[in-house]
Amino acid sequence: MPWSFNSTTPIYVQIIEHIKLRIAVGDYKAGDKLLSVRELAAEAEVNPNTMQKALSELERDGLLYTQRTAGRFITEDGEVIANLREQLAGEQLDMFLNKMQQLGYTPNEALELLKKHIG
Amino acid sequence: MLVECKNLCKSYGSKIALNNINLNIERGRIIGLLGPNGSGKTTLIKILSGILTSSSGEALISDKPIGVETKKIVSYLPERTYLSEWMTVKQAVDFFKDFYSDFSEETAYDMLERLDIKPADSLKTMSKGTKEKVQLILVMSRQAELYLLDEPIGGVDPAARDYILKTILTNYNENASVVISTHLISDVENVLDEVIFLKYGCLMLHKSVDEIREENGKSVDALFREVFAC
Repeated sequence: MPWSFNSTTPIYVQIIEHIKLRIAVGDYKAGDKLLSVRELAAEAEVNPNTMQKALSELERDGLLYTQRTAGRFITEDGEVIANLREQLAGEQLDMFLNKMQQLGYTPNEALELLKKHIG
Repeated sequence: MLVECKNLCKSYGSKIALNNINLNIERGRIIGLLGPNGSGKTTLIKILSGILTSSSGEALISDKPIGVETKKIVSYLPERTYLSEWMTVKQAVDFFKDFYSDFSEETAYDMLERLDIKPADSLKTMSKGTKEKVQLILVMSRQAELYLLDEPIGGVDPAARDYILKTILTNYNENASVVISTHLISDVENVLDEVIFLKYGCLMLHKSVDEIREENGKSVDALFREVFAC
């Protein structure tokens, strides 16, 4: 998954979203070791301090953990990852329902339409 | 604090180039020095590198007044290349090795090789962009504490720009800071921690890039265009 950044939100916020997505889709698996801050920064072509800030925040949220000498790893807690996935899905659904509302559909009508579309 | 400027002023005759600059720069940062033409960017860089003296006020680097001691820890890339045309790349590297005790020949040759620049190549046969690359590689191959880069990417193509920015990102250490003056804001924005806006020799703004995006909901490039709209 290539790194790409928009120009309006802070980069560290975008890095957090990017890594969350990679965890949710299983690109990073539970217990995987991450590259070092410097390597990740070079890969994303961002400042190491910015990368550090993003990783610290992900760590605070329990998605990453650090082992003092070995480096940084993706959480091994399957529940945390499942929650993350659901949270990201929820964001997509909110966006979908919002757009449908703008088009004049109630949530139930949107659901019916979605069923028909899949069906 | 790596750099401290207190009430720093510089005038050329009756023209004021820097007007009462108060500025602190921490270690481990990459800072964009931004401002329209004639705003004092190059003057500030030249004062910090010890090429110009201030008219009044004080500037300290690593707690030392600007002088021989600070030149040892400051690596400066001027706007224009100063390498002699008759030199080969190898001679330029030797020249730097002779001159600076913190110069790493190995780092320099490694970077030159990656840009496909041969040690035997002569500077006079090089394009403007290639010469700029050589100069930047020499400057970044020092283990300095402060790198002052005056327009480091202006003359090179976009692909080389990316490589150069990567070089800057991977070659400075936590103890050092890099100041980059440039007009190409959107190209450097993602690698910067902080930006300094200069206007008519005055310090207008000194903020982190994240803060600017959070507070204004726009990129540094967009903010610059707004602040300095003609």
